[in-house]
Amino acid sequence: MGRVSIEQVSLEFRTRRTGTIVALDSLSFEVPDKQFAVIVGPSGCGKSSLLTLVAGLNETTSGYCKVDGRTVSGPGADRGMVFQSYSLFPWLTVRKNVEFGPSLRNLSARERIERARHYVDAVGLGDFEDAYPVQLSGGMQQRVALARVLANDPEVLLMDEPFGALDNQTRTHMQGLLLGIWEREQKTVLFVTHDIDEALFLGDVVYVMSARPGRIIDTIDVGLARPRRYDIVTSDSFVDYKRRIMARLHSEVEKTMNVMPL
Amino acid sequence: MAAGLLSRLFTPKRPIAKNIEIGIGVTVAMSLFVAWCLLTYTGLVSASFLPAPDAVGAAFVEKLSDGSLLRHTRISLYEIYTGFFLSSLIAVPLGIFMGSFRIVAATIEPIVNFMRYLPVTALIPLLILWIGIGFEEKVAVIFLGVFFQQIVLIADVSAQVHEDLFKASYTLGATRRQVVTRVLVPATMPGVMDTLRITMGWAWTFLVVAELVASSSGLGYMILQAMRGLHPATIFVGILVIGFLGLVTDLAFKYAKALLLPWTTVR
Repeated sequence: MGRVSIEQVSLEFRTRRTGTIVALDSLSFEVPDKQFAVIVGPSGCGKSSLLTLVAGLNETTSGYCKVDGRTVSGPGADRGMVFQSYSLFPWLTVRKNVEFGPSLRNLSARERIERARHYVDAVGLGDFEDAYPVQLSGGMQQRVALARVLANDPEVLLMDEPFGALDNQTRTHMQGLLLGIWEREQKTVLFVTHDIDEALFLGDVVYVMSARPGRIIDTIDVGLARPRRYDIVTSDSFVDYKRRIMARLHSEVEKTMNVMPL
Repeated sequence: MAAGLLSRLFTPKRPIAKNIEIGIGVTVAMSLFVAWCLLTYTGLVSASFLPAPDAVGAAFVEKLSDGSLLRHTRISLYEIYTGFFLSSLIAVPLGIFMGSFRIVAATIEPIVNFMRYLPVTALIPLLILWIGIGFEEKVAVIFLGVFFQQIVLIADVSAQVHEDLFKASYTLGATRRQVVTRVLVPATMPGVMDTLRITMGWAWTFLVVAELVASSSGLGYMILQAMRGLHPATIFVGILVIGFLGLVTDLAFKYAKALLLPWTTVR
Protein backbone atom coordinates (compact mmCIF):
# COMPACT_ATOMS: atom_id res chain seq x y z
CA MET A 1 0.00 0.00 0.00
CA GLY A 2 1.10 3.57 -0.57
CA ARG A 3 -1.59 6.15 0.06
CA VAL A 4 -0.08 9.61 0.50
CA SER A 5 -2.06 12.26 2.38
CA ILE A 6 -0.99 15.88 2.51
CA GLU A 7 -2.91 17.54 5.34
CA GLN A 8 -2.80 21.33 5.75
CA VAL A 9 0.94 21.35 5.11
CA SER A 10 2.71 24.69 5.45
CA LEU A 11 6.41 25.41 5.16
CA GLU A 12 8.11 28.64 6.09
CA PHE A 13 11.72 29.72 5.86
CA ARG A 14 13.23 32.40 8.02
CA THR A 15 16.16 34.32 6.64
CA ARG A 16 17.77 37.40 8.10
CA ARG A 17 17.64 39.31 4.84
CA THR A 18 14.09 38.71 3.70
CA GLY A 19 12.30 37.80 6.92
CA THR A 20 9.78 34.96 6.82
CA ILE A 21 9.03 33.40 3.46
CA VAL A 22 5.99 31.18 3.08
CA ALA A 23 7.00 28.44 0.65
CA LEU A 24 3.91 26.28 1.06
CA ASP A 25 0.59 27.58 2.34
CA SER A 26 -1.67 24.93 3.93
CA LEU A 27 -1.60 22.44 1.10
CA SER A 28 -4.01 19.51 1.19
CA PHE A 29 -4.55 16.65 -1.20
CA GLU A 30 -4.55 12.89 -1.25
CA VAL A 31 -2.85 10.48 -3.61
CA PRO A 32 -4.54 7.06 -3.58
CA ASP A 33 -2.51 3.87 -3.70
CA LYS A 34 -0.89 3.12 -7.11
CA GLN A 35 -1.81 6.50 -8.55
CA PHE A 36 0.61 8.50 -10.71
CA ALA A 37 0.25 12.05 -9.40
CA VAL A 38 2.14 14.95 -10.95
CA ILE A 39 2.72 18.39 -9.47
CA VAL A 40 3.42 21.09 -12.02
CA GLY A 41 4.27 24.67 -11.17
CA PRO A 42 6.56 27.60 -11.85
CA SER A 43 10.13 27.39 -10.57
CA GLY A 44 10.47 28.38 -6.94
CA CYS A 45 6.86 27.52 -6.09
CA GLY A 46 7.90 25.01 -3.46
CA LYS A 47 6.99 21.84 -5.35
CA SER A 48 10.38 20.26 -4.68
CA SER A 49 10.16 21.30 -1.03
CA LEU A 50 6.91 19.39 -0.80
CA LEU A 51 8.66 16.23 -1.99
CA THR A 52 11.41 16.58 0.61
CA LEU A 53 8.68 16.88 3.26
CA VAL A 54 7.03 13.64 2.10
CA ALA A 55 10.48 12.03 1.96
CA GLY A 56 11.04 13.13 5.55
CA LEU A 57 14.22 15.03 4.70
CA ASN A 58 12.73 18.24 6.04
CA GLU A 59 10.07 19.11 8.61
CA THR A 60 6.77 20.87 7.98
CA THR A 61 6.15 24.16 9.77
CA SER A 62 2.58 22.96 10.37
CA GLY A 63 0.42 20.16 9.04
CA TYR A 64 1.22 16.54 8.32
CA CYS A 65 2.37 14.29 5.52
CA LYS A 66 1.04 10.78 5.97
CA VAL A 67 1.68 7.51 4.21
CA ASP A 68 -1.07 4.95 4.78
CA GLY A 69 -2.21 7.02 7.73
CA ARG A 70 1.19 7.06 9.43
CA THR A 71 2.65 10.52 9.93
CA VAL A 72 6.04 11.01 8.27
CA SER A 73 8.65 11.77 10.91
CA GLY A 74 11.87 11.06 9.00
CA PRO A 75 13.25 9.46 5.87
CA GLY A 76 12.65 5.79 5.21
CA ALA A 77 13.04 3.09 2.59
CA ASP A 78 9.27 3.01 2.04
CA ARG A 79 9.56 6.35 0.20
CA GLY A 80 12.25 6.16 -2.48
CA MET A 81 13.37 9.37 -4.14
CA VAL A 82 14.92 10.14 -7.52
CA PHE A 83 16.69 13.50 -7.66
CA GLN A 84 17.30 15.84 -10.56
CA SER A 85 21.03 15.74 -10.06
CA TYR A 86 22.54 12.37 -10.62
CA SER A 87 22.98 11.32 -7.03
CA LEU A 88 24.71 8.03 -7.81
CA PHE A 89 27.63 6.90 -5.68
CA PRO A 90 30.63 7.45 -7.97
CA TRP A 91 32.77 4.82 -6.20
CA LEU A 92 30.27 2.02 -6.87
CA THR A 93 29.63 0.21 -10.14
CA VAL A 94 26.15 0.27 -11.64
CA ARG A 95 25.31 -3.06 -10.03
CA LYS A 96 26.68 -2.03 -6.62
CA ASN A 97 24.73 1.24 -6.80
CA VAL A 98 21.52 -0.67 -7.40
CA GLU A 99 22.39 -3.11 -4.60
CA PHE A 100 22.97 -0.25 -2.16
CA GLY A 101 19.45 -0.11 -0.69
CA PRO A 102 19.00 -3.88 -0.32
CA SER A 103 22.51 -4.17 1.18
CA LEU A 104 21.53 -1.84 4.04
CA ARG A 105 19.02 -4.40 5.21
CA ASN A 106 19.80 -7.95 6.11
CA LEU A 107 18.94 -9.41 2.76
CA SER A 108 20.79 -12.53 1.66
CA ALA A 109 23.54 -11.94 -0.90
CA ARG A 110 21.71 -14.07 -3.45
CA GLU A 111 18.46 -12.16 -3.13
CA ARG A 112 20.35 -8.87 -3.26
CA ILE A 113 22.16 -9.79 -6.45
CA GLU A 114 18.99 -11.10 -8.07
CA ARG A 115 17.06 -7.93 -7.27
CA ALA A 116 19.86 -5.74 -8.60
CA ARG A 117 20.19 -7.75 -11.80
CA HIS A 118 16.43 -7.67 -12.36
CA TYR A 119 16.21 -3.88 -12.16
CA VAL A 120 19.44 -3.19 -14.03
CA ASP A 121 17.94 -5.27 -16.84
CA ALA A 122 14.57 -3.52 -16.47
CA VAL A 123 16.17 -0.15 -17.24
CA GLY A 124 18.16 -1.69 -20.10
CA LEU A 125 21.64 -1.42 -18.63
CA GLY A 126 22.48 -5.12 -18.44
CA ASP A 127 25.63 -4.57 -20.48
CA PHE A 128 26.86 -1.80 -18.17
CA GLU A 129 26.62 -3.62 -14.82
CA ASP A 130 30.31 -3.17 -14.07
CA ALA A 131 30.68 0.40 -15.35
CA TYR A 132 31.19 3.32 -13.00
CA PRO A 133 28.79 6.31 -13.11
CA VAL A 134 31.42 8.61 -14.72
CA GLN A 135 31.44 6.28 -17.70
CA LEU A 136 27.71 6.74 -18.33
CA SER A 137 25.71 9.47 -20.08
CA GLY A 138 23.25 11.59 -18.10
CA GLY A 139 20.27 9.55 -19.29
CA MET A 140 21.96 6.28 -18.36
CA GLN A 141 22.85 7.63 -14.92
CA GLN A 142 19.23 8.56 -14.32
CA ARG A 143 18.17 5.06 -15.36
CA VAL A 144 20.54 3.67 -12.72
CA ALA A 145 19.05 6.04 -10.14
CA LEU A 146 15.60 4.72 -11.04
CA ALA A 147 16.75 1.09 -10.83
CA ARG A 148 18.42 1.80 -7.48
CA VAL A 149 15.18 3.13 -6.00
CA LEU A 150 13.05 0.31 -7.47
CA ALA A 151 15.40 -2.39 -6.15
CA ASN A 152 14.48 -1.17 -2.68
CA ASP A 153 10.79 -1.92 -3.38
CA PRO A 154 9.36 1.31 -1.90
CA GLU A 155 5.63 1.92 -1.50
CA VAL A 156 5.93 5.44 -2.87
CA LEU A 157 8.19 6.80 -5.58
CA LEU A 158 9.09 10.48 -5.17
CA MET A 159 10.55 12.02 -8.31
CA ASP A 160 11.99 15.53 -8.24
CA GLU A 161 12.29 16.70 -11.87
CA PRO A 162 14.26 13.54 -12.62
CA PHE A 163 14.47 14.19 -16.37
CA GLY A 164 14.95 17.94 -16.15
CA ALA A 165 18.62 17.90 -17.12
CA LEU A 166 18.22 15.54 -20.07
CA ASP A 167 17.95 16.43 -23.74
CA ASN A 168 14.55 16.15 -25.43
CA GLN A 169 14.93 12.76 -27.11
CA THR A 170 16.40 11.15 -24.00
CA ARG A 171 13.65 12.66 -21.85
CA THR A 172 10.89 11.28 -24.08
CA HIS A 173 12.55 7.89 -24.00
CA MET A 174 12.86 7.99 -20.20
CA GLN A 175 9.19 8.96 -19.80
CA GLY A 176 8.16 5.92 -21.84
CA LEU A 177 10.50 3.70 -19.83
CA LEU A 178 9.13 5.03 -16.54
CA LEU A 179 5.51 4.48 -17.60
CA GLY A 180 6.31 0.92 -18.70
CA ILE A 181 7.90 0.14 -15.35
CA TRP A 182 5.12 1.86 -13.39
CA GLU A 183 2.45 -0.14 -15.21
CA ARG A 184 4.22 -3.37 -14.23
CA GLU A 185 5.22 -2.42 -10.68
CA GLN A 186 2.02 -0.59 -9.68
CA LYS A 187 3.48 1.88 -7.23
CA THR A 188 2.26 5.24 -6.03
CA VAL A 189 4.22 8.00 -7.75
CA LEU A 190 4.52 11.65 -6.76
CA PHE A 191 6.28 13.36 -9.64
CA VAL A 192 7.35 17.01 -9.72
CA THR A 193 8.03 18.88 -12.96
CA HIS A 194 7.74 22.28 -14.59
CA ASP A 195 7.14 20.68 -17.99
CA ILE A 196 3.41 20.60 -18.83
CA ASP A 197 3.79 17.98 -21.59
CA GLU A 198 5.64 15.71 -19.20
CA ALA A 199 2.97 16.18 -16.52
CA LEU A 200 0.10 15.29 -18.86
CA PHE A 201 1.91 12.43 -20.55
CA LEU A 202 2.71 10.72 -17.26
CA GLY A 203 0.01 11.61 -14.77
CA ASP A 204 -3.35 10.16 -13.72
CA VAL A 205 -3.90 13.48 -12.02
CA VAL A 206 -2.03 16.78 -12.36
CA TYR A 207 -1.92 19.32 -9.55
CA VAL A 208 -1.16 22.86 -10.71
CA MET A 209 0.67 24.94 -8.12
CA SER A 210 0.74 28.70 -7.77
CA ALA A 211 3.82 30.85 -7.43
CA ARG A 212 5.05 31.48 -3.89
CA PRO A 213 3.35 30.96 -1.52
CA GLY A 214 2.70 27.55 -3.06
CA ARG A 215 -0.97 26.59 -3.22
CA ILE A 216 -2.85 24.17 -5.41
CA ILE A 217 -4.82 26.24 -7.89
CA ASP A 218 -6.14 23.49 -10.17
CA THR A 219 -6.54 19.74 -10.17
CA ILE A 220 -6.84 17.92 -13.48
CA ASP A 221 -7.98 14.32 -13.77
CA VAL A 222 -6.20 13.28 -16.92
CA GLY A 223 -8.63 11.12 -18.84
CA LEU A 224 -6.13 9.87 -21.40
CA ALA A 225 -6.24 6.12 -21.98
CA ARG A 226 -3.31 3.92 -20.99
CA PRO A 227 -0.96 2.60 -22.14
CA ARG A 228 0.02 5.96 -23.61
CA ARG A 229 2.23 6.34 -26.63
CA TYR A 230 4.62 9.21 -27.25
CA ASP A 231 2.38 10.62 -30.03
CA ILE A 232 -0.50 11.16 -27.63
CA VAL A 233 0.84 14.69 -27.11
CA THR A 234 -0.63 15.65 -30.49
CA SER A 235 -4.16 14.41 -29.71
CA ASP A 236 -6.99 16.92 -29.30
CA SER A 237 -7.80 16.07 -25.70
CA PHE A 238 -4.09 16.35 -24.73
CA VAL A 239 -3.93 19.80 -26.32
CA ASP A 240 -7.12 20.86 -24.50
CA TYR A 241 -5.64 19.87 -21.12
CA LYS A 242 -2.43 21.62 -22.02
CA ARG A 243 -4.23 24.83 -22.93
CA ARG A 244 -6.01 24.79 -19.58
CA ILE A 245 -2.80 24.33 -17.58
CA MET A 246 -0.93 26.93 -19.63
CA ALA A 247 -3.62 29.49 -18.94
CA ARG A 248 -3.43 28.75 -15.22
CA LEU A 249 0.36 28.89 -15.12
CA HIS A 250 0.82 31.91 -17.36
CA SER A 251 -0.32 34.43 -14.77
CA GLU A 252 1.68 32.61 -12.09
CA VAL A 253 4.90 32.78 -14.05
CA GLU A 254 4.26 36.48 -14.65
CA LYS A 255 3.99 36.91 -10.89
CA THR A 256 7.30 35.17 -10.13
CA MET A 257 9.11 37.32 -12.66
CA ASN A 258 8.24 40.39 -10.63
CA VAL A 259 9.30 38.91 -7.32
CA MET A 260 12.81 39.09 -5.92
CA PRO A 261 14.36 35.62 -6.01
CA LEU A 262 15.29 34.06 -2.68
CA MET B 1 52.99 22.80 -40.75
CA ALA B 2 55.44 24.03 -38.14
CA ALA B 3 53.12 26.90 -37.31
CA GLY B 4 50.26 24.39 -37.02
CA LEU B 5 52.24 22.27 -34.55
CA LEU B 6 53.22 25.29 -32.48
CA SER B 7 49.68 26.60 -32.24
CA ARG B 8 48.53 23.14 -31.21
CA LEU B 9 51.19 22.87 -28.50
CA PHE B 10 50.21 26.23 -27.04
CA THR B 11 46.42 25.75 -27.03
CA PRO B 12 45.27 25.58 -23.38
CA LYS B 13 44.39 22.07 -22.13
CA ARG B 14 44.85 20.54 -25.56
CA PRO B 15 46.42 17.08 -25.24
CA ILE B 16 49.75 16.53 -26.99
CA ALA B 17 51.28 13.34 -28.34
CA LYS B 18 52.85 11.08 -25.71
CA ASN B 19 56.23 10.95 -27.46
CA ILE B 20 56.40 14.76 -27.65
CA GLU B 21 55.58 14.94 -23.94
CA ILE B 22 58.32 12.43 -23.04
CA GLY B 23 60.73 14.06 -25.50
CA ILE B 24 60.32 17.47 -23.84
CA GLY B 25 60.90 16.00 -20.37
CA VAL B 26 64.03 14.15 -21.47
CA THR B 27 65.37 17.19 -23.33
CA VAL B 28 65.02 19.45 -20.29
CA ALA B 29 66.71 16.92 -17.99
CA MET B 30 69.52 16.35 -20.51
CA SER B 31 70.04 20.09 -21.00
CA LEU B 32 70.42 20.61 -17.25
CA PHE B 33 72.97 17.80 -17.13
CA VAL B 34 74.90 19.18 -20.10
CA ALA B 35 74.88 22.65 -18.51
CA TRP B 36 76.24 21.11 -15.31
CA CYS B 37 79.06 19.39 -17.26
CA LEU B 38 79.90 22.60 -19.16
CA LEU B 39 80.05 24.70 -16.00
CA THR B 40 82.30 22.27 -14.15
CA TYR B 41 84.61 20.62 -16.72
CA THR B 42 85.50 23.91 -18.40
CA GLY B 43 86.61 25.25 -15.02
CA LEU B 44 84.07 28.05 -15.23
CA VAL B 45 82.95 27.28 -11.68
CA SER B 46 85.37 26.03 -9.05
CA ALA B 47 85.06 22.42 -7.87
CA SER B 48 84.71 23.48 -4.22
CA PHE B 49 81.61 25.45 -5.21
CA LEU B 50 79.96 23.08 -7.69
CA PRO B 51 81.46 19.58 -7.92
CA ALA B 52 81.60 17.86 -11.30
CA PRO B 53 79.30 14.91 -12.09
CA ASP B 54 82.12 12.36 -11.75
CA ALA B 55 83.05 13.70 -8.29
CA VAL B 56 79.43 13.32 -7.18
CA GLY B 57 79.43 9.80 -8.66
CA ALA B 58 82.60 8.94 -6.78
CA ALA B 59 81.18 10.31 -3.51
CA PHE B 60 78.03 8.26 -4.11
CA VAL B 61 80.05 5.05 -4.60
CA GLU B 62 82.15 5.81 -1.55
CA LYS B 63 79.19 6.48 0.73
CA LEU B 64 77.44 3.42 -0.65
CA SER B 65 80.40 1.09 -0.13
CA ASP B 66 81.12 2.16 3.46
CA GLY B 67 77.46 1.59 4.26
CA SER B 68 76.83 5.07 5.62
CA LEU B 69 74.49 6.19 2.81
CA LEU B 70 72.17 3.23 3.31
CA ARG B 71 72.27 3.68 7.09
CA HIS B 72 71.37 7.39 6.91
CA THR B 73 68.69 6.72 4.30
CA ARG B 74 67.15 3.95 6.37
CA ILE B 75 67.04 6.13 9.46
CA SER B 76 65.50 9.07 7.58
CA LEU B 77 62.88 6.83 5.97
CA TYR B 78 62.05 5.24 9.30
CA GLU B 79 61.60 8.66 10.91
CA ILE B 80 59.50 10.11 8.12
CA TYR B 81 57.19 7.10 7.72
CA THR B 82 56.60 6.80 11.45
CA GLY B 83 55.75 10.49 11.85
CA PHE B 84 53.66 10.57 8.70
CA PHE B 85 51.81 7.35 9.52
CA LEU B 86 50.95 8.43 13.06
CA SER B 87 49.76 11.82 11.87
CA SER B 88 47.62 10.39 9.06
CA LEU B 89 46.16 7.77 11.38
CA ILE B 90 44.57 10.49 13.51
CA ALA B 91 44.18 13.34 11.01
CA VAL B 92 42.19 11.38 8.42
CA PRO B 93 39.25 10.33 10.63
CA LEU B 94 39.32 13.55 12.64
CA GLY B 95 39.39 15.67 9.49
CA ILE B 96 36.48 13.74 7.97
CA PHE B 97 34.43 14.33 11.12
CA MET B 98 35.51 17.95 11.41
CA GLY B 99 34.32 18.69 7.88
CA SER B 100 30.90 17.11 8.30
CA PHE B 101 29.97 17.52 11.97
CA ARG B 102 29.61 21.07 13.24
CA ILE B 103 30.11 19.88 16.80
CA VAL B 104 33.53 18.39 16.03
CA ALA B 105 34.53 21.54 14.13
CA ALA B 106 33.42 23.74 17.03
CA THR B 107 35.50 21.64 19.42
CA ILE B 108 38.82 21.46 17.61
CA GLU B 109 38.82 24.20 14.96
CA PRO B 110 40.18 26.98 17.23
CA ILE B 111 43.16 24.86 18.33
CA VAL B 112 43.79 23.56 14.83
CA ASN B 113 43.79 27.02 13.28
CA PHE B 114 46.13 28.37 15.96
CA MET B 115 48.57 25.51 15.53
CA ARG B 116 48.34 25.61 11.77
CA TYR B 117 49.90 29.04 11.54
CA LEU B 118 52.65 28.20 14.01
CA PRO B 119 55.70 27.13 11.96
CA VAL B 120 56.82 23.77 13.30
CA THR B 121 60.41 24.94 12.93
CA ALA B 122 59.71 27.36 15.78
CA LEU B 123 58.88 24.39 17.99
CA ILE B 124 62.10 22.48 17.31
CA PRO B 125 64.11 24.06 20.18
CA LEU B 126 61.30 23.24 22.60
CA LEU B 127 61.04 19.69 21.31
CA ILE B 128 64.80 19.20 21.70
CA LEU B 129 64.54 20.44 25.27
CA TRP B 130 61.67 18.07 25.99
CA ILE B 131 62.59 14.89 24.14
CA GLY B 132 66.18 15.25 22.95
CA ILE B 133 67.61 14.97 19.45
CA GLY B 134 66.86 11.32 18.75
CA PHE B 135 64.31 9.41 16.71
CA GLU B 136 61.34 10.58 18.83
CA GLU B 137 62.13 14.24 18.26
CA LYS B 138 62.19 13.79 14.45
CA VAL B 139 58.90 11.92 14.57
CA ALA B 140 57.41 14.69 16.71
CA VAL B 141 58.56 17.40 14.30
CA ILE B 142 57.09 15.59 11.30
CA PHE B 143 53.89 14.83 13.19
CA LEU B 144 53.35 18.42 14.28
CA GLY B 145 54.38 19.71 10.87
CA VAL B 146 51.86 17.74 8.83
CA PHE B 147 49.08 16.89 11.29
CA PHE B 148 47.37 20.28 11.44
CA GLN B 149 47.73 20.81 7.70
CA GLN B 150 46.28 17.37 6.97
CA ILE B 151 43.33 17.88 9.26
CA VAL B 152 42.33 21.19 7.63
CA LEU B 153 42.75 19.88 4.08
CA ILE B 154 40.78 16.70 4.83
CA ALA B 155 38.04 18.64 6.66
CA ASP B 156 37.65 20.66 3.48
CA VAL B 157 37.41 17.49 1.37
CA SER B 158 34.77 16.16 3.75
CA ALA B 159 32.78 19.41 3.68
CA GLN B 160 32.71 19.29 -0.13
CA VAL B 161 30.89 15.93 -0.27
CA HIS B 162 27.58 16.69 -1.94
CA GLU B 163 24.55 16.63 0.34
CA ASP B 164 22.46 14.94 -2.36
CA LEU B 165 24.46 11.75 -1.76
CA PHE B 166 23.36 11.80 1.88
CA LYS B 167 19.75 12.57 0.96
CA ALA B 168 19.71 9.74 -1.57
CA SER B 169 21.07 7.27 0.99
CA TYR B 170 18.58 8.33 3.67
CA THR B 171 15.70 7.73 1.27
CA LEU B 172 17.20 4.32 0.49
CA GLY B 173 16.86 3.50 4.17
CA ALA B 174 20.35 4.28 5.48
CA THR B 175 20.81 5.11 9.15
CA ARG B 176 23.06 8.01 10.19
CA ARG B 177 25.81 5.57 11.03
CA GLN B 178 25.49 3.91 7.60
CA VAL B 179 25.59 7.31 5.91
CA VAL B 180 28.95 7.94 7.59
CA THR B 181 30.53 4.55 6.91
CA ARG B 182 29.02 3.80 3.51
CA VAL B 183 28.79 7.26 1.95
CA LEU B 184 30.85 9.96 3.69
CA VAL B 185 34.03 7.92 4.12
CA PRO B 186 34.23 6.43 0.60
CA ALA B 187 33.26 9.80 -0.92
CA THR B 188 36.25 11.50 0.73
CA MET B 189 38.83 8.87 -0.27
CA PRO B 190 40.13 10.52 -3.49
CA GLY B 191 40.62 13.84 -1.69
CA VAL B 192 42.26 12.06 1.25
CA MET B 193 44.72 10.33 -1.09
CA ASP B 194 45.60 13.66 -2.72
CA THR B 195 46.09 15.28 0.69
CA LEU B 196 48.39 12.49 1.82
CA ARG B 197 50.40 12.80 -1.36
CA ILE B 198 50.85 16.56 -0.93
CA THR B 199 51.65 16.45 2.77
CA MET B 200 54.19 13.67 2.25
CA GLY B 201 56.25 16.20 0.31
CA TRP B 202 56.07 18.62 3.23
CA ALA B 203 57.09 15.87 5.63
CA TRP B 204 60.41 15.56 3.77
CA THR B 205 61.04 19.26 4.30
CA PHE B 206 60.38 19.08 8.04
CA LEU B 207 62.52 15.96 8.38
CA VAL B 208 65.55 17.51 6.72
CA VAL B 209 65.14 20.73 8.71
CA ALA B 210 64.98 18.76 11.95
CA GLU B 211 68.07 16.75 10.99
CA LEU B 212 69.98 19.88 10.03
CA VAL B 213 69.22 21.57 13.34
CA ALA B 214 70.27 18.75 15.63
CA SER B 215 70.90 15.16 14.82
CA SER B 216 73.45 12.38 14.87
CA SER B 217 72.17 10.48 11.85
CA GLY B 218 69.97 10.71 8.76
CA LEU B 219 70.38 12.28 5.34
CA GLY B 220 70.11 15.84 6.68
CA TYR B 221 72.89 15.06 9.16
CA MET B 222 75.00 13.57 6.35
CA ILE B 223 74.59 16.78 4.34
CA LEU B 224 75.51 18.93 7.32
CA GLN B 225 78.64 16.87 8.04
CA ALA B 226 79.68 17.15 4.38
CA MET B 227 79.37 20.91 4.62
CA ARG B 228 81.58 21.01 7.72
CA GLY B 229 84.16 18.80 6.01
CA LEU B 230 83.95 20.85 2.81
CA HIS B 231 82.73 17.92 0.70
CA PRO B 232 80.23 19.53 -1.68
CA ALA B 233 80.05 16.32 -3.70
CA THR B 234 78.56 14.50 -0.68
CA ILE B 235 76.05 17.33 -0.21
CA PHE B 236 74.92 16.70 -3.77
CA VAL B 237 74.65 12.97 -3.10
CA GLY B 238 72.34 13.73 -0.15
CA ILE B 239 70.19 16.13 -2.18
CA LEU B 240 69.89 13.74 -5.13
CA VAL B 241 68.95 10.81 -2.87
CA ILE B 242 66.25 12.88 -1.14
CA GLY B 243 64.90 14.02 -4.49
CA PHE B 244 64.86 10.46 -5.79
CA LEU B 245 63.08 9.11 -2.70
CA GLY B 246 60.51 11.89 -2.97
CA LEU B 247 59.87 11.02 -6.60
CA VAL B 248 59.45 7.32 -5.81
CA THR B 249 57.03 8.08 -2.96
CA ASP B 250 54.99 10.38 -5.18
CA LEU B 251 54.75 7.72 -7.90
CA ALA B 252 53.75 5.16 -5.28
CA PHE B 253 50.87 7.39 -4.15
CA LYS B 254 49.81 7.88 -7.75
CA TYR B 255 49.71 4.15 -8.46
CA ALA B 256 48.06 3.39 -5.14
CA LYS B 257 45.24 5.78 -6.04
CA ALA B 258 44.70 4.16 -9.43
CA LEU B 259 44.75 0.72 -7.79
CA LEU B 260 42.62 1.42 -4.70
CA LEU B 261 40.20 3.92 -6.25
CA PRO B 262 39.75 2.66 -9.82
CA TRP B 263 36.69 4.86 -10.34
CA THR B 264 38.82 8.01 -10.20
CA THR B 265 40.85 7.00 -13.23
CA VAL B 266 38.41 5.14 -15.51
CA ARG B 267 36.96 6.97 -18.48
